[in-house]
Amino acid sequence: MADTITLTIDGQEVSVPKGTTLLKAAEKVGKDVPHYCYHDGLSSPAMCRLCLVEVQGAPKPMPACVTQAMDGQVVGTESELALDMRRGVLEFYLVNHPLDCPICDMAGECHLQDYVHEEGRDHGRSREPKRVFGRDDFGGDVLFYGDRCVMCTRCVRFMNEVEQDQRLCVVERGNRSVIDTFFERGLEGTHWHGNIVDLCPVGALVSKDFLYKARAWDLDHTPSVCPSCSQGCNIELHTRDNLVQRLKPRENLEVNAFWMCDHGRLNYEWINRGERMEAPLVRDQGGVKAMGWKEALTLLVARLGDVEGTVKAVASPFASNEDLAALEALVESLGGGDIVYRMPRAEDEIVLKGFPTLARRRDLASNGRGADLLGLRRVGADDGTGGLEDVSAHAGVVIVLGDGLADQGADFASGAALRVHLGTHSGPAVAAADFVLPITTFAEQEGTFTNHEGRVQRFWPALKAPGLARPAWLVLGALVAEGTGTETPRRADEAFARLVAAHDAFSGLSYDDIGTRGAVVNDTVPLSGD
Amino acid sequence: MAYPYVSDREVRVLSKYFGDPTQRRLDTYVERGGYQALKKAFEMGQDAVIDEVKTSGLRGRGGAGFPAGVKWSFMPKQPTKPHYLLCNADESEPGTFKDRELMRWDPHQLIEGILIASYAIRAKHAYIYCRGEFFEATQVLAKAVEDAYAKGYAGADIMGSGNDIDITVHVGAGAYICGEETGLMNSLEGRRGQPRVKPPFPAAVGAFGMPSTVNNVETLSAVPHIITHGGQWYRQWGTEKSPGTKLFCVSGHVNKPGNYELPLGFPLMELIDDVCGGMRGGKALKAVIPGGSSVPLLNAEECGRCSLDYEGVQAVGSMLGCASVIVMDEDTDIVKQVRRMVQFYAHESCGQCTPCREGTAWMTKVLLRIEEGRGTEDDLDTLLEMSRQMTGTTICVLSDSAAAPVVSSIQKFKDEYLALIRRGERVGVA
Repeated sequence: MADTITLTIDGQEVSVPKGTTLLKAAEKVGKDVPHYCYHDGLSSPAMCRLCLVEVQGAPKPMPACVTQAMDGQVVGTESELALDMRRGVLEFYLVNHPLDCPICDMAGECHLQDYVHEEGRDHGRSREPKRVFGRDDFGGDVLFYGDRCVMCTRCVRFMNEVEQDQRLCVVERGNRSVIDTFFERGLEGTHWHGNIVDLCPVGALVSKDFLYKARAWDLDHTPSVCPSCSQGCNIELHTRDNLVQRLKPRENLEVNAFWMCDHGRLNYEWINRGERMEAPLVRDQGGVKAMGWKEALTLLVARLGDVEGTVKAVASPFASNEDLAALEALVESLGGGDIVYRMPRAEDEIVLKGFPTLARRRDLASNGRGADLLGLRRVGADDGTGGLEDVSAHAGVVIVLGDGLADQGADFASGAALRVHLGTHSGPAVAAADFVLPITTFAEQEGTFTNHEGRVQRFWPALKAPGLARPAWLVLGALVAEGTGTETPRRADEAFARLVAAHDAFSGLSYDDIGTRGAVVNDTVPLSGD
Repeated sequence: MAYPYVSDREVRVLSKYFGDPTQRRLDTYVERGGYQALKKAFEMGQDAVIDEVKTSGLRGRGGAGFPAGVKWSFMPKQPTKPHYLLCNADESEPGTFKDRELMRWDPHQLIEGILIASYAIRAKHAYIYCRGEFFEATQVLAKAVEDAYAKGYAGADIMGSGNDIDITVHVGAGAYICGEETGLMNSLEGRRGQPRVKPPFPAAVGAFGMPSTVNNVETLSAVPHIITHGGQWYRQWGTEKSPGTKLFCVSGHVNKPGNYELPLGFPLMELIDDVCGGMRGGKALKAVIPGGSSVPLLNAEECGRCSLDYEGVQAVGSMLGCASVIVMDEDTDIVKQVRRMVQFYAHESCGQCTPCREGTAWMTKVLLRIEEGRGTEDDLDTLLEMSRQMTGTTICVLSDSAAAPVVSSIQKFKDEYLALIRRGERVGVA
């Protein structure tokens, strides 16, 4: 084929489309050529000179990141010349690098550490005093340690090309070059600057929020989906000691590329909030009693069988598709009824100019679209309050899933024949319920969210659930099974399969199809509020 | 005695009017036959002009020695976008002072060359990028451009020919690296003065993203003469591969330093002994840098075998560069001299590429330490390895330039390094 060329890299033949760079071609044969300035999401200035490789016939080593592969080329990414040049570049980096790894946040995930360890010299030869820049507050969540900087300018290019708000620049020249902000303005007021911390291949740009919190090697990484708006950015939860320590974006070119917004990145403390409800609480004449699941659910099934009147339910747009579908199945099995949810909303979208399909969306919860597709009705104000007058005045069964009812008092649904609350934290309106059932957060369970464009995306459990807290789909599924005499779904994928069977919008999807990249639902239902 | 020193060995084509302030005046220039070459070029047509310059064999005088006519022929023949001619007047190479003199004494010769070249490459706008420190030269040039506009030699419908060529004099902020052609473009566009990755080459994507050609002041100044007299006429001087005359900037320990225009291929020792009146104070020659500070230096023996054309200098292991001959006598402290040059490159490195940014600064520190008597013999190996890793590994050749004198001095004057390292002895007057 004319559009494909074949070349030899480190003795292996590889065919790539015309225009492929040597760096990408080398990736195809499993060779990761070290690089700093190159990043898939940015322009390629070819200035770090770390990705130099030997090209037979070329007069000098070529930067793999910008050199296009040619038919019949013979390339050595690990030839003597390439290794010698890279060893040189790595030694040059260390001439002024402070080697303060023991107190550097990046240690353990630092590309300078990795590359020097793999390819560098055993001992540095520089005996000269090092250049010192010190530490600078860049504003926002970012601290700058100039001495660690390798001058790859990824941060400058991110702000110029992707966020398109030129807040950073290189000042001075030669080895006096340093990244700086303009005057005192810094990064304050920008919405995506957290990404420059991710982009920094060394510990020059660090997050104030994460500073000294954990060592990289102590963190567990769990793929997840950001719950903070309806964009559904692919993220990783980095956890230690059963606490989320930070969020990092996970690459998905269809959704968020390599990026995530500062709002989502820093909005994780709530996941770690203590004072969780840990056991089912059941109210009877004698007051409130904590008990095990089997006992509580048996009592609840009995009560649901006794109670007269219709059902009204309140759900949360932070609940997974599986949770919401299980709630719906329960309501259905009790004779059907209205399910509403409330959505906190922002004034405006915050669009990332260099990747405009990515924005901090107006809907500040992850699964509004999923709720809509499952037939739930949006109520209340843009601050996520109000709209529950109907439910509160209901005389039959009232079921609440996930909504903390922070704006409601103990008299919420006080006229209802039976109040069931599935939640994580207590409060006046929660404590007044007849059955209070502890459930898990998205970080403690497996499940899916549907983002604003109808993409169903999976997340995985990163934390241990407190006490007896269980996923809502399991609790609700057990209730449905008990009432209808069917099997309880045992795994999240079974719960999802039931959802798919019951809702056409999701038909054809399975956990395997969705994978780590997500899959789009086949129905388009207008998003509430649009 | 005219302009500081002249020699009867010179062939003064470009420098004919050096020292004659009246030549700056447009009317004098025209009286002496000026702007006739431009008129002739307009009559010849673009392709014929390029062919004539190709015939002359004129090679770029900025250092690389690339044939000018060939360079022009890379420009698209059917412009779909604006083309630009960029005159590189950012003469910053230590030891070089020819372009400044060409601008000071004969600005219209340069302007005429610029207009002819612009016409040949189908550019409607030419920029003269002047070194920031060239205050007087820039003023003279700017005045000459104004005069040329006033008399219809530049701007719209030049001399009634229907050709429009604008000329802008742009003053840099004084960075050596802006003399590198793509660094110059970045600077001209208002960006950081940093060389760009090639490809794309300027003839495809140059200034403002448009096809551009960059020529040195001396190259362009030679063009009117070639057009007037023909390419073959220019070939009467010089060698087959390096035809024509060249301005040699001689500095250092000679009796008569200065600019001398000589045919290419001129023997180096004759330049020193004859043209420049010999070594100052009758001292012995120790070393010569034949092409500006960025080329390897030659020892006395190599100087004796060196003829000053592109190939001749290459044959003895150095480069003609921009023909800036720095002569050093027996009292010169080579280590200090090399350190001083490397320090210059460390100061002027743009800081993009790691080997250059860190390497030049590190080299300076090591050389300073050796100079202070705190060096070790291992340092020499480190310097040589550093040099190897700084050569051919960067976007532009600034780091190669810093490495060249280090390598050649360690090869040729290792005893001076060792004297400092072993005994703390300095050679020469320091």
